[in-house]
Order: sequence, then C-alpha cells, then structure tokens
Amino acid sequence: MQIIYTDVLVVGGGLAGQRVAIGARRRGLDTIVLSLVPAKRSHSSAAQGGMQASLGNCLGGAGDNEDIHFADTVRGSDWGADQAVVRMFAHTAPKAIRELTAWGVPFNRVASGERTISVDGESKVISEPDESHGLITARNFGGTAKWRACYVSDGTGHAMLYTMSNRAIAEKIPVHERMEAVALICDGPRCCGAIVRNLMSGELLAYVAKATCIATGGYGRIYRVSTNAVINEGIGAAIALQTGVATLGNMEAVQFHPTGIFPAGILVTEGCRGDGGLLLDGAGHRFMPDYEPEQRELASRDVVSRRMEEHIAAGHGAQSRFGEHLWLDIRLLGEAHIASKLREVKEICQYFLGVDPAQELIPVRPAQHYSMGGIRTDHNGHSQTLTGLFAAGEAACWDMHGFNRLGGNSVAETVVAGMIVGESIADFCASDAGALTVSTTLVQESLRREEGRLQAIANSTGDESVYELTGLMQDTMTRNVGIFREGEKLQEAVADLRSLQQRAAAIRLRSTARGASPELVATYRLRHMLRLAQCTAYGALQRTESRGAHFRADFPRRDDSQWLKRTLARWPDPDADTPELSYEALDIARMEIPPGWRGYGERDYIAHADSARRQQQIDALLADVPETDRAARQQALMPFRHLLPAHLRADNQRVGDGQ
Amino acid sequence: MKPTPMQTIPLKQSRTLRIEILRHNPADPDSHPHLQVFEIEEAETMTLFIALTEIRQTQDASLQFDFVCRAGICGSCGMLINGRPGLACRTLTRELPDTIRLAPLPGFELIGDLSVNTGKWMRGMSERLETWVHRENIEAIDIDAVEQRMAPELAEQLYELERCIECGCCIAACGTAQMHEDFVGAAGLNQIARFRLDPRDTRSDADYYELVGDESGVFGCMTLLGCEDYCPKNLPLAVQLAFLRRKMARQGL
Repeated sequence: MQIIYTDVLVVGGGLAGQRVAIGARRRGLDTIVLSLVPAKRSHSSAAQGGMQASLGNCLGGAGDNEDIHFADTVRGSDWGADQAVVRMFAHTAPKAIRELTAWGVPFNRVASGERTISVDGESKVISEPDESHGLITARNFGGTAKWRACYVSDGTGHAMLYTMSNRAIAEKIPVHERMEAVALICDGPRCCGAIVRNLMSGELLAYVAKATCIATGGYGRIYRVSTNAVINEGIGAAIALQTGVATLGNMEAVQFHPTGIFPAGILVTEGCRGDGGLLLDGAGHRFMPDYEPEQRELASRDVVSRRMEEHIAAGHGAQSRFGEHLWLDIRLLGEAHIASKLREVKEICQYFLGVDPAQELIPVRPAQHYSMGGIRTDHNGHSQTLTGLFAAGEAACWDMHGFNRLGGNSVAETVVAGMIVGESIADFCASDAGALTVSTTLVQESLRREEGRLQAIANSTGDESVYELTGLMQDTMTRNVGIFREGEKLQEAVADLRSLQQRAAAIRLRSTARGASPELVATYRLRHMLRLAQCTAYGALQRTESRGAHFRADFPRRDDSQWLKRTLARWPDPDADTPELSYEALDIARMEIPPGWRGYGERDYIAHADSARRQQQIDALLADVPETDRAARQQALMPFRHLLPAHLRADNQRVGDGQ
Repeated sequence: MKPTPMQTIPLKQSRTLRIEILRHNPADPDSHPHLQVFEIEEAETMTLFIALTEIRQTQDASLQFDFVCRAGICGSCGMLINGRPGLACRTLTRELPDTIRLAPLPGFELIGDLSVNTGKWMRGMSERLETWVHRENIEAIDIDAVEQRMAPELAEQLYELERCIECGCCIAACGTAQMHEDFVGAAGLNQIARFRLDPRDTRSDADYYELVGDESGVFGCMTLLGCEDYCPKNLPLAVQLAFLRRKMARQGL
C-alpha cells in the first residue's frame, strides 16, 4: 500500500484549488494538488466573459465600489446568500484581480477617448476618461448596476487559469494529474485525507493530510443539457456526502444559463448581451423588454432563462428539426468587435453551428450551467461538521451565491475563496486542532473498503448498463428538476432516482480491460451522482416556494416567512434512498440589506415580519452617520473585516479616490 | 475549412461511418498496437466527441480517449484525424469522408488508445522554460493599490499569444519534435515570445537565450511550419518563431 503524507491535500486543479495551494504553500506547508486532468484543462478555462471586481476604471463602471457589488450580489442571490461572506468577497475581489494582473493576466485595458458602443439596440458614442487610460477595463453583465466584469477578450478563464497554473509551477507545487479522490479517510468527525485512484493505471493509493480541501467544481453533468465540461460530475461533493458527517448546502439551487447554443448546449458568454447583443424570438421580435422593462436582456440569469422558456411555451420559439429555440443577435456589435472581444464565441459558432455571428443569428436555449449548492462550510471554507475538511469555489457553499449567481461572480469567487481558504487552512494546520495522529490501520481499512467496492463492481453479474442508467438520470433531472418545477414532477424525479439507485447496484461491466477502465470509472461515479441528483430533487421537492433559480410553478412566490433558510443535506445511512434534510435559518436581524424586491423579475413575495423591523433599525443606525462616510455606514450595520485574513483587510484604492 | 450552416443543410440519407482506431493498452502486457474498425450510423451535427462516446457506450467500453470541455477550449482531445492533428471535439463528421482513421498524437507518452500524456509534456516544458512572469518580490506586491497601467494594444497582443491551449497539435505536426524529443516546439517557443513581449517580466534576451538559444530551442526549427498549419487556435507561430530566431541570433553574436 502506497501512502503519501502531506500537510495539505487539495482535490481539484482549477482556479480555486490552485489558489488555495499557493496560499498554503506560501505559509510553508507541504501541499499537493490532485487533478482529474492536466490542471490547465480544468473547467475554469471555459469561463469566457469576465470576472467581477469593482475597480470602477471605465466609464460604465464610474463610481463603482464594494457596496454596489455587494448589493448586486445579494439581490442576485434572491436573499439566499450569507451577507457576511458576500461582503468578504466584494471586498477581496479587487485585490484578487490586481494580484492576477501582477502575475501576468493580460486583462483588457481602458483606451481613453471616444468609441461607439451598442446599448439597447442603438449605437451610442461614449468617451472613456483620460485618467483611466491603460487601467483594467470592464464590460456590462446581467444583474449589475455597473460595468464590472473585467475581461481578457472572451477567454478570461483561460488566461486566468494559465497564469494561476504557471504561478503554481513557479512555486514548485506538485500537481498529481489524472488522479481522482474516490473517498475521504475519516476518523470519526476528523478528515485525514483521501483514497485516490490513478486514472491511468487504475491503482489505489492513500494520501494522508492534516487538511483536505475539495475544489472540484460543480455537478452539472447530472443534467442532460449542460454547458459544463464532461468532468463536472460533482465527485468531490459526493465523497464529502458519503462520509455521512459533512453536509451539502442548497443542492436544489441550480443555475440555467440563458445562452447555450442549440442543440449542443455549449456556452456563449453573457458578454454577448453585456456588449449589446439582443434576444429575438421565432418572429424576429425582441421580447425581453416586454417581460423585463427594467433590465431587459440583462436581468439576472435565472430571470432571463425563465422568461425565455416562458416565451417558448407561449408559442413564440423558432422551429428547427432539433426542437424549439430562440435567437441571440450580436450582428449589431460589428465584425471588428466580435473578432477581438468575442473571438471564442465566433469560433464556437463557426465550428459547431456553421454560423458567422457577425452576419447570422445564433440559435440558443437555456442550459444547465452552475451549481450554487455544494459542501457547506463556514466563512473560512471549513466544514462545520467534519474537522479538517475544507472546500472552495463552485464545489463549496460558504455561501455567497444563495439561489442565483451573477455572471462573472464565479471566476472572481474561485480566486477570492482561494486567497481566503488557503490562509484559513494554514491557520488550522498551525493550531492544536490541526495536529493529526492517524493510525496506519485506519488508512489501510479505508483503502481496503474502496478496493472492495471497486472489486464488487468488477464482479457484478447483474444486467444493467452504466451508460443507459446515466442517460436515464440525466433525462429525469432535465425533464423534472429543470427551470420550471412542480410537486408532481419532482415526486416523479425522486421516484425515478430511487429506482435508478437500486438498478445501479446491478450494473455489470462489459469490459474487463486492465488499467484505466473508463467503464469502471463511469460506474462508481454514477453511484455518487445519483446521490447528488437525489439531494437536488428531494431538496427541490421540499422547498415549497420560488427563490432565485429554484422556481416552483405550484408555489410561484418567494416566501421569506417560511423559507428564508438554507437546505442542508446529509447522508448518514449508506443504504437509505433519500438524504436527511435539515434547515439553517438566515437571520434578518444581522443583514445589511433585508429582503425586498430585486429590481427585476417577479415583484410578488411573502415578506418576513423581521424585514420591516430590520429596515427601521438600519435607518436608525444610519441616522447619525454622514452619507459621505460609506465605510462607517457599512461598519455600523454589519462588521465583516475581522473575518478576513489580516493582509486582506485594507481599503481598495481607486483611480478616482480623493476627487 | 468553414462548415456548412447547420440550419440549411438538406436532410440526407444518413451514412454508415467506418471508424478505424489505432488501439493499444500499455497496461496490458498482451496488448499489441492494432487498428480496430467500428461502424456507426452518422447523426445530425455529430462530432467526433459524440461518435467516440457512442462507440464506447455501445460497442467497446474499454476504448480510451480524452475529452473535457467538448467546446474547443481546453485542448484535451488532440488526435490524428485521417493523418492530420486536430481537435476531435469540434470536428464534425459531415466534414469527413465515410472512412475516418483516428490515431493518438505522436510525440507524447501513450496512456492508452487515443489518450496521450500531453499534460506531462507541457508541465515539463513550463518548468524548463519558466513560463511565468519573473519579477522581484512577486510575493510582496501591493494588491490594495491601483494596478500598473498597460497600453490597451499591448494587452491585446499578449492575449493573442496567450491563446495557446497546449493541445499538442503543433508538436505532433513538427518534424523536429518527432526527431528530437527534447525540442521545445512551437508551444514552448510561443511561450518565450509571449513573456518576452510582457513588460511585467524582467528577463532579458540574454536570459531567454540561455533557455532557447540552441538546437533544442529556436535553432532546432527547420521552418517546415506544420505547427502554423495545424494550430487549432490559429496562433501566428511562423511569425513569432522567425522573429524570435532573429532576436536570439543577434543575442548569440
């Protein structure tokens, strides 16, 4: 048995995982990153349009600051987010982008002087300020009051991930590629590392670590139509769930992106609409202003996706032999803009659709895109129930997105979370709680258990096919746990998933090939994915309200009086067919912005009695603080800086300061 | 090659595709490299990603290949498609003849069938060429302060070279790389061009000369330009290599 000892084990080589590793390494800890694929191929590289950070350099971002970014994010979350975490995030995002810039990311810059842009279907000439020339520029995104999405053409995630990976290589952090954590090693409520399978040779080995951090991204592949990479199967979250000790938060909160190309579901960035692109229906009519006069195409993603599906259901879709869809029109942005700022979009349209988006319309329909749910942690990224287990990025629910994430907030979150969680891991390792004594017997037992599980799969004489069952899971999730949900369909999904879980025990492998064995991989992952899917479906069934991306046709209103709370899922009995759910209330008395209307989307909601009370309290607290002192006003309502590592607490400077 | 617009192509009789795959599993001592033939019915908008996935799911579950983003972004799925290196995920079968021969990219360690270890090669290249911004006190930068300015055009030029996805097609298409396994290839030399252009990197031409001023670097290139022909991202590799060679030659005088 091979055992590798390290201080910190990071599972996942995307932006979050590598930034965590850099932070831990800089504090002197031995750190190893595991990655399913070469780190630079992680799904972070697919982020296109931008990273939200309130630099306020360009004209559209003038006057931006952390307060506005905070408010946009809270409204975007439909008040499901932890506001203290959102504050930590909005405050650290400008630092994250400045660090990445110093490390080499070629963010696009402000060019002073006049230029022509497209707004609301019309061309308009604007003049960028001289004092910002050469500073990082930004584009408009949905659900934001300012132009805040800083970008590198439409390859933002790619550029960020390459710079981050290169930095990790420079700091000599080993990345063990094509390695998959298949189980966590637990000593009661203490996580001691992971059992890992080498995806090239098929061998199992054990990694023992004082701190283990899951940064494996989302679980989009439980759906059939998803923008996610094929590796986004949520296995990191699933092995945490499998411990029976760690909890998953808000698994029913699943985002659908408005513009997946149809029918393949490949993403084209929100930057298309941010830069002035429009959504048209089958008749060529621009329909979003009819539904959303305030924000039109640039309401939050949950709202735009819902309006699109509503419009198709009303009979206004474009027909094609693959089914109905709508159109994205970026022709008005012009050839030059598309060739320089939307070049990935151009390539994707060219290769997958045979369409030149400067001349033709792009067929689009909403597709699963992001997992707001994930491993529940505190504001430090530490599991509250399994000591030594941390999580960061999309795999985590710490919880800054609530029930809907804003575009551009995910790549920003990965880096910010990495900066914060890397430090908290180092603090943990230095503390008494971080000391680890683990017996070799325990490690051996964990390894043997996994060997036994894999052997049982290989020896199974049942007659089920892993690929058929995977397809059935994805079908029921897409059909019954999608954009529009209702009790009956959710019941059906829960029943389907129960039956699939039973059938999955009878999967027989068709291939007995040695080594990597892709079919064996698909089989053990399917069992994990079925549990994640059940957490999602079952959580959605229980949540009898609509909030953010979770929309119940039978309970169309947000219900703060009953449901201002986070769903927690645990799976203590491995033989159970549904998770154990519990709920964690969000305390309005501690909120900086009590629940209200988001400024777009449905106006009708059931208020909580505490909301008005908190608003009165806020008004009273602010009465004596001058309007010009925004830091003092913030501090009076919800102090948060003490929650951050000391070196991340200072004010962010901006070019307009002191004017 | 610009594919036909999807919405306008006529419905036609579907073809039966004959897909020949060069197979070998190094983990199995009894395995010998051989061509295996699969037949599948072509579907509308079928890519090689869809075709290979279908073959694995319905005909041979042991077939190894690599896809991640399936959108032409991550660089995982480079392979030889009828003899030419390319990204399988964004290759539509309707652009190919009835017989399609697939083989792993040459020049990389074989993991199995169509899966090769480009990740290991690229990491080695990054370590050797130190493909990161070199500057003093990079651990102590002031991240509260306004960022340093950069000319907008320069940022765009840097991104032009930053677009490499390390898929390995340029290495598979390169005569030198196939003969000399320590040649850094267009993927490596493009990195040097990228950091050389970046004012945040304090290295000089003398430093770069130490890294690529020999036969395993820029002087190994025979200007066959397979790299430029087969780069899926259309990086300006020929121009960059010529420019870098001139700079390095001058440095070496």
